[in-house]
Amino acid sequence: MNGPFAFTLGLGDDALIAAQRLAEWTTHAPEMEEDIALANIALDQLGAARLLLSYAAELEGAGRDEDALAYLRDDREFRNCLLVEQPNGDFAVTMAKLLVLSAYQLPLYTALAGCADERLAAIGAKTRKESAYHLDHAALWVRRLGDGTDEAHRRMQAGIDQVWPYAHELFAAQPGAPVDPATLRGDFDSTVAAVLAEATLTLPESGWVPAGGRDGVHTEHLSFLLAEMQVLHRAHPGARW
Amino acid sequence: MTTARDAAATVVDPEIRVVTIDDLGILRSVEEDPGTGRVVVTITPTYTGCPAMDVIRADIRRAVVAAGHPDVEVRTVHSPAWSTDWITDAGRAKLAAAGIAPPAPVRRDGVVPLTLAVRCPRCGSPETEQLSRFGSTACKALWRCRACCEPFDHVKAL
Repeated sequence: MNGPFAFTLGLGDDALIAAQRLAEWTTHAPEMEEDIALANIALDQLGAARLLLSYAAELEGAGRDEDALAYLRDDREFRNCLLVEQPNGDFAVTMAKLLVLSAYQLPLYTALAGCADERLAAIGAKTRKESAYHLDHAALWVRRLGDGTDEAHRRMQAGIDQVWPYAHELFAAQPGAPVDPATLRGDFDSTVAAVLAEATLTLPESGWVPAGGRDGVHTEHLSFLLAEMQVLHRAHPGARW
Repeated sequence: MTTARDAAATVVDPEIRVVTIDDLGILRSVEEDPGTGRVVVTITPTYTGCPAMDVIRADIRRAVVAAGHPDVEVRTVHSPAWSTDWITDAGRAKLAAAGIAPPAPVRRDGVVPLTLAVRCPRCGSPETEQLSRFGSTACKALWRCRACCEPFDHVKAL
């Protein structure tokens, strides 16, 4: 895979898998407003995924389109980070995931908005506005739960602890990519540190650093997610309604 | 004959049917080739995942064809990114009249300011509070007026 294609595909897959996971909350969220919020954020992620995968398909130049990439690839061909495929867990785990994802996507999309690739720059300029809102939302809940009751604090800290190892993979260097993710780490770290401090939560010690998503080596969770996401398209190829 | 631009400008937003795509700033340009009569309509989405875009494209095609321009292409662009600042004054007035509080201006650096003075579109009171940061469509949040107690939609500044 060439650099720009692999990079764009990875970002598109991040957004697509995040959208699918977030949508699992629909009708299951703790309150009506949060149900709507998570569905809205999922929709934003899906919108970003469509733009990125459509462009990735053009870069590949193999005659595939966004649907072929989303619905007709197997798990080993997906390039999303392991973070987004992890199960939702409880609400605190979901908010910890969203905090990490949006604190990464916001500086990433902001950097894309200024990159030399015009298409990626347009996508970045559009999606960073939405990411800023996702980050606000996640930070609000992490602060509220972390600085809340003893039980809320305990579960929010557990959520952060569970999710944190998956943050490191996001910043693996990708030389030759329009934006090298390694350059985003400082911005990400300061954003997360500020939220956790206000939330009276502590950053876990870095130890275990799982990775492999960008090379197509995933956790078993992705296969189950894809089976559900792709079944209709694969059972009825080319169906329209 | 109605011009292609006038025809496209009459298309209403399928999710907020009191305003047109022109009022919202979704309609970016309409160009007609004087030689061939071919019309190219350019639009931009409010949010990347806006599910109304397919309906908007179909409605534009139908409206422009009905106005006597059979050769229509609808293009979608993402740059420059849509901003609520593109909603016209007429659009803002229509939103308010329909009980939807229009957005505050956005700062030029793209950061959305926290606005504490969303006025109730029903009674005009500034004594309002946000119920939910997300609302009935991607572009709106749910608010409530503390003076008249009515809940209302508010178009989020973007």
